[in-house]
Amino acid sequence: MSSSHPITPISTYLITWISLFILTGFTVYVASQDFGAMNTPVALTVAVIKATLVVWFFMGLRYNTPLIKVTAVAGFLWLMIMFGITMSDYISRPWLGVPGR
Amino acid sequence: MAKPSTPLRPGLDEKTLAHSHAASMGAPAHALHSAHDENPNLQHHFFSMDQQLEASILGMWVFLVTEVMFFGGLFMAYIVYRTMYPTAWVESSHELNVILGGINTGVLIVSSFTMAMAVRSAQTGSRNGQIFNLIGTMILGSTFLVIKYFEYAAKFTHHLVPGPHFQAPAGMEAIGNQMQIFFALYFIMTGIHAAHMVIGIVLMAVILVMAWRGKFGPHYYTPVEVGGLYWHFVDIVWIFLFPLLYLLGFHGGPGA
Amino acid sequence: MATVPQQENHSYLGAPYGLAAWLLTKDHKRIAILYLISITIFFAVGGMFAAGIRLELTTPQGDLWSPDMYNKLFTLHGVVMIFFFLIPSIPAVLGNFMLPIMIGAKDLAFPRINLLSWYIYVVGAIITLAAVFAGGLDTGWTFYTPYSSISSETAVTTAALGVFVTGFSSILTGLNFIVTVHRMRAPGMTWFRLPLFVWAQYATSLVMILGTPVIAITVLLVAAERALHLGIFDPKLGGDPVLFQHLFWFYSHPAVYIMILPGMGVMSELVAAVSRKQVFGYGFVAFSSLAIAILGFLVWGHHLFVSSQSIYAGLVFSIITMLVAVPSAVKTFNWAATMYKGSVTWESPTYWVLGFMGLFTIGGLTGLFLATMGLDIHLTDTYFVVAHFHYIMVGGAIMAYMGGLHFYWPKMTGKMFSEAGAKASAILVFVGFNFTFFPQFLLGYLGMPRRYHAYPAEPIWQVLNVLSSAGASILALGYLLPAFYFTYSLFKGKAAPANPWGATGLEWQVPSPPPTFNFDEDPVVNEPAYHYKPRHEVHVNG
Repeated sequence: MSSSHPITPISTYLITWISLFILTGFTVYVASQDFGAMNTPVALTVAVIKATLVVWFFMGLRYNTPLIKVTAVAGFLWLMIMFGITMSDYISRPWLGVPGR
Repeated sequence: MAKPSTPLRPGLDEKTLAHSHAASMGAPAHALHSAHDENPNLQHHFFSMDQQLEASILGMWVFLVTEVMFFGGLFMAYIVYRTMYPTAWVESSHELNVILGGINTGVLIVSSFTMAMAVRSAQTGSRNGQIFNLIGTMILGSTFLVIKYFEYAAKFTHHLVPGPHFQAPAGMEAIGNQMQIFFALYFIMTGIHAAHMVIGIVLMAVILVMAWRGKFGPHYYTPVEVGGLYWHFVDIVWIFLFPLLYLLGFHGGPGA
Repeated sequence: MATVPQQENHSYLGAPYGLAAWLLTKDHKRIAILYLISITIFFAVGGMFAAGIRLELTTPQGDLWSPDMYNKLFTLHGVVMIFFFLIPSIPAVLGNFMLPIMIGAKDLAFPRINLLSWYIYVVGAIITLAAVFAGGLDTGWTFYTPYSSISSETAVTTAALGVFVTGFSSILTGLNFIVTVHRMRAPGMTWFRLPLFVWAQYATSLVMILGTPVIAITVLLVAAERALHLGIFDPKLGGDPVLFQHLFWFYSHPAVYIMILPGMGVMSELVAAVSRKQVFGYGFVAFSSLAIAILGFLVWGHHLFVSSQSIYAGLVFSIITMLVAVPSAVKTFNWAATMYKGSVTWESPTYWVLGFMGLFTIGGLTGLFLATMGLDIHLTDTYFVVAHFHYIMVGGAIMAYMGGLHFYWPKMTGKMFSEAGAKASAILVFVGFNFTFFPQFLLGYLGMPRRYHAYPAEPIWQVLNVLSSAGASILALGYLLPAFYFTYSLFKGKAAPANPWGATGLEWQVPSPPPTFNFDEDPVVNEPAYHYKPRHEVHVNG
């Protein structure tokens, strides 16, 4: 087992923890201001950064094989496919200009 | 692709592979058998602890992909209805308690830290570290559930539970049905998340018992690692749930 | 010391004996047999529902069953055949049994999870059977809302929970296969030396992993809406029924690829074996499995052409649906090219191969008719669609399953079956199938809607329907026959050699039936797949 997984230093975990707290606070702060249309993209971007920190450091993805990295990305990608194509239906429905469509 | 991508078994080198004329079987097998690990935790169908650990980690990640798609269906419904009913979404979000939600977010982040520390303790062979951090993780997870309980109870009191007793807040009857959809998704999404939390806590209890018995160390810590992956995933789901449910149009004071 | 334990590595059918030894087994081969028994039972159940349908349709009036009963019959026929027979069939029986041996492993990566997947299947089946007896299900296997979530008075919630549970069986099987193929191949078994069956199972597993959770959450939402009166899919409360359709078909379209891809994998094995030849364009066939798996996720909207789905989205779905036919065509051409100038013999697997290729081609081509959005407007929800998918599911997938079952039967049981019986069965199935389903293309073209229990009294409708029902009885006979000669073979069949078909692959190097730990010595691979030598050099060991 010694070949596989290097042991992450405690400091790395602590820094990740603090960063996550800071980012959470930042999200709440941003939400309390009104950036109009930018609210959602900012909130989602921060959430993605937080998730990436958890995946990369806490879950140890940085020490995993490329296969596992691909697996992690694949799940997220497939979700984007579902979201993207479904929303393409809802968004393009009014384009035809036909009543009720 | 000439090189096999599975880790070569100890004692089996490229030369043996290249020079073997055996059809499919009958290669010098004696060398292979004796090279198997002696670790009592090695299951018979694996040939090394490394292979077993890698397979287990890959298996848990594949499972997490299925969980992503599972929650994904709910997020899909959320996105569709938020696009259709933006006002109802904002008004409904106002009814949620940002402070409690924020505290819960913090609680889960710390629990991810203790979980990572538990895995690390197993990797370094620190039994006390494992026990302390696993218990810490469980306590934090339970705290999350307790806070959730209070949030749910408040929803009941304010007639915000979808169904026959749902009542839109004053002045919002016109979008009452749409708000009801928000709350249906709120309860289902956070409810299923909470169910995963419960499963996680039970999982931690099982791992704790094994850690207590001294089962884990640098030679074998697969269950802790794999259990940790699950726990972190449940944290990540909440990382997305919190802003999407609690922080819409949150300008100023917390809701009910 | 971990590897081959002290007990002798003898046949997996031998010791340990007893019910507990089988119900608590971790051996992938025993689990495959457990699945074989379960899905055969459900095949019979689904077949009986089909018999109910075809009997009703022999006369124009809906006089055999009440309309409600008829609705339950076609719904349960679909639910049982899809979730409890087709989806598990090849992966859980042939995949479970053969995949580890084909790659040179002693078992799947997670044997206990394999057993768990069977128990989950059984629990899901029991729940669904409970629904059958507690009011049935009349929503169509597609569970469309708001009928399923609000109006239907049948046991929708129970059935939805049954499907929900069963989905996890599929997920765990797929998970196991993916990890196994990545991490447990024998030394020298590179990706491009793998049997194409393994490529197909791998691609299928990707679909199982990425798609099944979505239907799980979708049926859970339907159950929740029904039980708690929520309104997520209720138009009166602001819900969107088309959202249900998006979520449902996001899985259910890839699900049809879960049903056909393993069959295509079996076909590759059978074609190579009966032609004594390397599969033409191995790389293309391997990648086409992946292409089908991936593209299959991008086309679900072709089930929503006549819903309120945007026409622009429909256009995109239509084009991609036509694209997904390409990898299927690549496979079919390559199998034909494999047989061309191969040393083809007329053994029973050959019959199943030819039957598959013909029927799958027709099914696939008629899919293109339906992919064309303008044409689909007229053909959707008619018998044309019913015929199309039965050509693929029955003419394709079930023929492949039967072919695979025959091909691997000697390996799995150690017994040879009656070749005459098998050939008769294949011919009966082929003839019966065409009589059953070809008239349905015509019925659909003429406008007969699906899920209708009655039709106009003009002769043309009845003639076609009676032809179809008569064909169904021949088809049933064709499926019944194996029950006899397979059972007979278990008691009186000749002992099977390790390699009765003279095929290549690790699975044909181990005894029939294989020993518990598959291999006595850990195999090493240094030959390409389908490394057929000229016939006179082949020694069929026995």
